[in-house]
Amino acid sequence: MNTELLGIIASFAITLIIAIPLGKYLAKMFAGEHVWTDFMKPLERGIFKLAGINPKEPMNWKQFLKAMMVINILWLAYGFFVLIYQDKLPLNPDGNPGMTADLAFNTIISFVVNCNLQHYSGESGLTYLTQHFIVMFLQFTSAATGIAAAVALFKAFRDKTTTDLGNFWDFFVKSITRLLLPLSIVIALILTFNGTPSSYAGKDQFISMQGDIVNVSRGPAAQMIAIKHLGTNGGGWFGANSAHPLENPNYLTNMVEIVSQMIVPMAMILAFGIFIRRKKLGLVIFGVMTVGMFMLMIPTITSELGGNPAIAKMGITQATGAMEGKEVRFGPTATAYWSTLTTIVSTGSVNGMHDSTMPLTGLWQLLGMMINGFFGGCGVGILNYFIYLIIAVFISGLMVGRTPEFLGHKVEAREVKIAAIITLLSPLLIMAGTAIASYVFMAHGNADWAVKPANWLNNPGYHGFSEMLYEMTSANANNGSGFEGLGDNNIFWNVSTGIILILGRFLPIFGPIAIAGLLAQKKYVPESAGTLRVDTVTFGLMTFAIILVLNALSYFPALVLGPIAEYFSMIK
Amino acid sequence: MLISFAGKLSKGQGDGEKVTLNGKTVGYALLGQKFDKPQYFWSRPSAVGYNAAGSAGSNKGPSNPDYLKDVQSRIDTLLKYNPGIKKSDIPADMVTSSGSGLDPAISPQGAAIQIKRIAAIRKIDEKQVADLVAVNTQKPLLGLFGPSTVNVLELNIALDKLK
Repeated sequence: MNTELLGIIASFAITLIIAIPLGKYLAKMFAGEHVWTDFMKPLERGIFKLAGINPKEPMNWKQFLKAMMVINILWLAYGFFVLIYQDKLPLNPDGNPGMTADLAFNTIISFVVNCNLQHYSGESGLTYLTQHFIVMFLQFTSAATGIAAAVALFKAFRDKTTTDLGNFWDFFVKSITRLLLPLSIVIALILTFNGTPSSYAGKDQFISMQGDIVNVSRGPAAQMIAIKHLGTNGGGWFGANSAHPLENPNYLTNMVEIVSQMIVPMAMILAFGIFIRRKKLGLVIFGVMTVGMFMLMIPTITSELGGNPAIAKMGITQATGAMEGKEVRFGPTATAYWSTLTTIVSTGSVNGMHDSTMPLTGLWQLLGMMINGFFGGCGVGILNYFIYLIIAVFISGLMVGRTPEFLGHKVEAREVKIAAIITLLSPLLIMAGTAIASYVFMAHGNADWAVKPANWLNNPGYHGFSEMLYEMTSANANNGSGFEGLGDNNIFWNVSTGIILILGRFLPIFGPIAIAGLLAQKKYVPESAGTLRVDTVTFGLMTFAIILVLNALSYFPALVLGPIAEYFSMIK
Repeated sequence: MLISFAGKLSKGQGDGEKVTLNGKTVGYALLGQKFDKPQYFWSRPSAVGYNAAGSAGSNKGPSNPDYLKDVQSRIDTLLKYNPGIKKSDIPADMVTSSGSGLDPAISPQGAAIQIKRIAAIRKIDEKQVADLVAVNTQKPLLGLFGPSTVNVLELNIALDKLK
């Protein structure tokens, strides 16, 4: 068997081997049982004391969301001003300038919401100070926010009837001290010993063998790359993200980065089942997600290995697959594998340029972000999936003529309404966003912005449309990858995607937490022969069908205009 | 902070590992650099001209007509400078630009098509050059995972040391 294929099979196996025990550990840890990381307790107690927080105070769903929003808004304000004035602050050895207001607006939202859409390039757009105290800091906190929200959902279904969803601060701090921080240190060490720079030295210069003068950007990148994957953030130190040889030096680090972006989302699903004492439900969800992942991944790999038909016509064999935008040391198989992971788990880091992938690969990447519930981002993956579950419960209830119930709580009009609104939100933001962008591109091509709308697109025709669609989808899914040919650092894209980012992050957290809070308060109905069981394979299939139908109905027209049209134009 | 200290212990003291030739720094081990003179093994095309202060791919879509013209002209250049090779010998990596624009490696096939040219210009035996390529080919991780690659900088340094 070829070594590239073996490489990704091994990566998947290692992911499973780590995720399973990690899931068990997370369930125990968040339940407050004894775990081996209890030695962190004094540190946590110190943090709570300093902040004047009582981590034992129970919160209902409204209090929980309020606590979450307060801290998020604080970060937004703090980051916005630091980014604008970064040129006047210390730790700027390369003398990089401050950000414009619209770019700072976009950047700070993007990092607070765990998206890491980057309209700047790391080498020249940020200083070491902002890379560390804004970007890296938020990569920890935004991931922890997502995880804390997911644990509130867990808490809602652990006991029969409860109004207590746990304490936001407690979950938040523990996510960092007992999960993200220790694991990132391990990953950062692996990276730095494989050649990723980790010191604070500024730019270097050398004269190459051919006599060219070359400037080299460096900096303490290893620390950030660890958390960018572990927290499914995706924002890289360098512009080319994990395709950059210093950010991802060899095949080993590539495997480490692949594994580290997948373990927390996977472990959270398993933790859900264990935490609510319904292991089988956790396994069914895990099964559906894994099948969904492979349904996106296998055609992606096939399409990349097939190579570019237009280049094949020129007489080039492309024995290993399409190579534009890819690195030789990873090869097309591992790059295709990565591209599926990064779009389904909302990491958004890349080890090859998505803009240059084959049309059908682009289709699967877009679909992965549109569904956004196959494993999904740190914590928020399970929240997105929960919405699909509620819709599936409701529809199957209607089909068999029983009152819809989820884990012993009646699902009534109010909950279904919330779920429906959240489901409709994504297509609205993506389609309306892309439509407005297309209109501006066509009708106001000469508007006097940093990049004129007529010059936005790096590629003509259907592919150009895909670039705009991809950007909006990535913003809504809080993914952060891009068809990077798009000239996106101007007021239109900075502001429009900034707004989509905020709505696409917080409403899909509010919705599920509200539903969970409302359901958990209701009287518990014991299971009987008449109950629709949600932890069966049949119901898993039903949920899967719902996910496919909802997304196909919502997005098919847009996908036809972009990647599908490009595909057919190339094979003719 | 902790990692920066640990980094000091690693190769290159966390600043990035440098490569020297005759006492002068000629590059970074991990970063690709521009090689387009006939006496050296060429690197892949780069969208940023191997400027290591920036990094980017071309972001050209697969159906972009301008992009396809670029690819065609890269094929023509390779055919012109490397006598005796056929179009079907050329691997995809030699006519496409990398994701980072700083790809340090080419495929073994990408090196193989250049052997004749190098041997002719440097007036050395073809077999000697081929052996050098073989020695500088990095096998997959543990011999099992990932592709084989050739680091262009290392190969060219070895080439210069031959004389």
